[in-house]
Amino acid sequence: MRVHAKRAGVLLGGLMTPALSMADWTLNMSPGVTGTSNEIFSLHMTILWICVVIGIVVFGVMFWSIFAHRKSPGRKPANFHENTLVEILWTIIPLVILVVMAIPATATLVDMYDTTEADVDIKVTGYQWRWKYDYVDEEFGYFSNITTSDDEIYNRTEKTENYLLEVDNPMVVPVGAKIRLLVTANDVIHSWWVPAFGVKKDAIPGFVNETWTRVDEPGIYRGQCTELCGVKHGFMPVVVKAVPQDEYDAWVAEQKEAAQRERELTEKDWTLEELMARGEKAYASACAACHQADGSGAPPAFPALKGSKVATEDMQAHLDIVVNGVSGTAMQAFGGQLSEVDLAAVITYERNAWGNDTGEMVTPKEVFEYKNQE
Amino acid sequence: MSAVADTHAQDDHHHGPAKGFSRWLLTTNHKDIGTMYLIFSFTMFLLGGTMAMVIRAELFQPGLQIVEPEFFNQMTTMHGLIMVFGAVMPAFVGLANWMIPLMVGAPDMALPRMNNWSFWLLPCAFLILISTLFMQGGAPNFGWTFYAPLSTTYGPPSTTFFIFAIHIMGVSSIMGAINVIATILNMRAPGMTLMKMPLFVWTWLITAFLLIAVMPVLAGVVTMMLMDINFGTSFFDASGGGDPVLFQHVFWFFGHPEVYIMILPAFGAVSHIIPAFSRKPLFGYASMVYAVGAIALLSFVVWAHHMFTVGIPIAGQLFFMYATMLIAVPTGVKVFNWVATMFRGSLTFEAPMLFAVAFVILFTIGGFSGLMLAIAPADFQYHDTYFVVAHFHYVLVPGAIFGIFASAYFWLPKWTGHMYDETLGKTHFWLSFIGMNLAFFPMHFLGLAGMPRRIPDYALQFADFNMVSSIGAFLFGASQILFLVIVVKCVKGGEKASAQPWDGAEGLEWTVPSPAPYHTFATPPEVK
Repeated sequence: MRVHAKRAGVLLGGLMTPALSMADWTLNMSPGVTGTSNEIFSLHMTILWICVVIGIVVFGVMFWSIFAHRKSPGRKPANFHENTLVEILWTIIPLVILVVMAIPATATLVDMYDTTEADVDIKVTGYQWRWKYDYVDEEFGYFSNITTSDDEIYNRTEKTENYLLEVDNPMVVPVGAKIRLLVTANDVIHSWWVPAFGVKKDAIPGFVNETWTRVDEPGIYRGQCTELCGVKHGFMPVVVKAVPQDEYDAWVAEQKEAAQRERELTEKDWTLEELMARGEKAYASACAACHQADGSGAPPAFPALKGSKVATEDMQAHLDIVVNGVSGTAMQAFGGQLSEVDLAAVITYERNAWGNDTGEMVTPKEVFEYKNQE
Repeated sequence: MSAVADTHAQDDHHHGPAKGFSRWLLTTNHKDIGTMYLIFSFTMFLLGGTMAMVIRAELFQPGLQIVEPEFFNQMTTMHGLIMVFGAVMPAFVGLANWMIPLMVGAPDMALPRMNNWSFWLLPCAFLILISTLFMQGGAPNFGWTFYAPLSTTYGPPSTTFFIFAIHIMGVSSIMGAINVIATILNMRAPGMTLMKMPLFVWTWLITAFLLIAVMPVLAGVVTMMLMDINFGTSFFDASGGGDPVLFQHVFWFFGHPEVYIMILPAFGAVSHIIPAFSRKPLFGYASMVYAVGAIALLSFVVWAHHMFTVGIPIAGQLFFMYATMLIAVPTGVKVFNWVATMFRGSLTFEAPMLFAVAFVILFTIGGFSGLMLAIAPADFQYHDTYFVVAHFHYVLVPGAIFGIFASAYFWLPKWTGHMYDETLGKTHFWLSFIGMNLAFFPMHFLGLAGMPRRIPDYALQFADFNMVSSIGAFLFGASQILFLVIVVKCVKGGEKASAQPWDGAEGLEWTVPSPAPYHTFATPPEVK
């Protein structure tokens, strides 16, 4: 039945002009590039074929009855309405099929739950609406934001190939190594999914879920958040770049160095202009999703910053809100998410952009002191 | 089942319906209340359907064209809530009100005043729910499953109104269920033992017990939300020591039996319609009853299959996988029995039968995808994708909704005293059938190709099937206007229906004249 319907679907699709040259008519799951995803694919195909065969038998009998036993002159309906033997048979046979199906499913599941002996540990944290990847053993981490522009989303320019599936900083993993993913969230529940890996795990605030993967082939793999997490749920893609081990090692060394440079920036003496320039970027990545690029917000959930009391009056209160968040609201604590430099830059930017023009600035050193005071 | 109708009972020497609006506001008559439930349900079906049209219009092409993501999320949430609580459940309660007293030979429902109250609570609940669309911050936007903390800490201010509406709907459902149980257990005609009850009555009895068991759980979970939002508790807030996963456990402990609440009465109705148009008794009556009982019991131990990706321990994962797969057995028995009933019958295909046959085929397809989803490792790929959307629309649209349409066409002659227009009825069926499959079958492919659910915009490789799906949805949506036309036409006039308009139909409801008099079975019939 399914196969027929699929064919019908394809036929029908062929009659319509494809909406976009990029689009395709993929009907089935793809096997993927990990052992797990291959096992899942074979389970999927097995159960699909079992369903197809049962469907052909059951619907076959049904359509035959519809055709051969339709009312016609002189046709007398039979009067049988019970048979214990067939009832027992059609209870036992499906049960046996299910037991046969449960065996490989159990084996795959046990394997998927074995997160021991990992070579690399990456902490994946879901935020509204981006991912953060922390390389636990290497002491660096970064955010991964969508890069698709509003112009593309609102149809003002041509959509590019990886529309909605592209990020600034993908997760980078070595090929062939067992990677343990520690999945959690900062605000609401998200779900981290890469179809080609056969890995999907919910990211839940207050919990750390474990899962693992081992990528066989180098390449760029794309997925999306799969748990409704608010207004931009459809706009937080997952991109993973799998590279050979030596390339991965070089990349890690580079990242560690960059992280070190970043820490040193706290000590530097910043000017208002420098902070504003950096603040604009940091604001776009961390704040604009809710408070909007022009500071107008989306009340009542996300208040405006432009001309607001918070951004134009007491500096300490402003600092407190950004660092510690506001409990019971969607305003997160950014103290742990952003570096001192970025915190200082964002606050300075918010106090001087969009006509707020207070002329006030806060330095990274002041932020550091604020965060480390009693 | 043979029954002698007491003609005396049909002489309306008590009193007729009151005149004007007070007839409907104050009525305690099961037929009036049944009618109101059905009208209310269809109104909600059109409203929820309109929201589905907004969703499909936005998804017609990639990019954001018609609505903003914020409003899109409100639409998906309200569509789900309205269809589940406003369209499907009240439709079955309406059918129960009309048909259960007629089928068991009772003069009315056991608790007629409560019956009135449980209906009139519903419009109130839905006025509150729908009014949230016009509140500051908009309507609930966290999906009909309202997972915390998205619905608590991060929910819009209208969430408290949503909770209040859910509470009222729950009260209404529980009272309706108590009424059904009291009627079935106390008011059956002499001689009608439990194992002689019509299957629609059986499935509703079991459904009513499910309702009483799980609606309080729903009330509990929304009350915990209310506390978290307004009174500073932290049931679901990890930063206060709470547990967001607890929400899902409690919600789905309600939610899974709820799924069967929406399908079991349809099983019952189809078990009347298929024998009627096959002119042959239902095959395996007893096994049908046991199968429904088994499905209902199993429905309490499978809830976590909605949560395979939240990270429950492997032992739990395996238990819920096996229990879920087990549900396929009694469900399969039901399908096999329906097919065996058709086998060697003398079949005709009027609108009720068309909808019933489509029900069996398409519900089974939904059952197949359900079996696939039960395989926990594979579910890691299917979970929260369009494959799931396809699955539950296949069990709810050609399942619950086609079951309701089949019932409506089957019993319309009894309700109105007129035959509906068969050509229009068949047209309604074929348009719905084509539209529905065009809308929902491609969603399987979208899900398998990796499209997550509840997104207002999608990557380019999903464009073609989304367009097909939207076209199908528009066709299905537009076809439902035809149903309204058919029913109005049938109420106003048409060929006079006899007491027994379908030559194969059996049961006490066919022993009273068409239209059924305002009061029936004042003296109970004898069932042999």
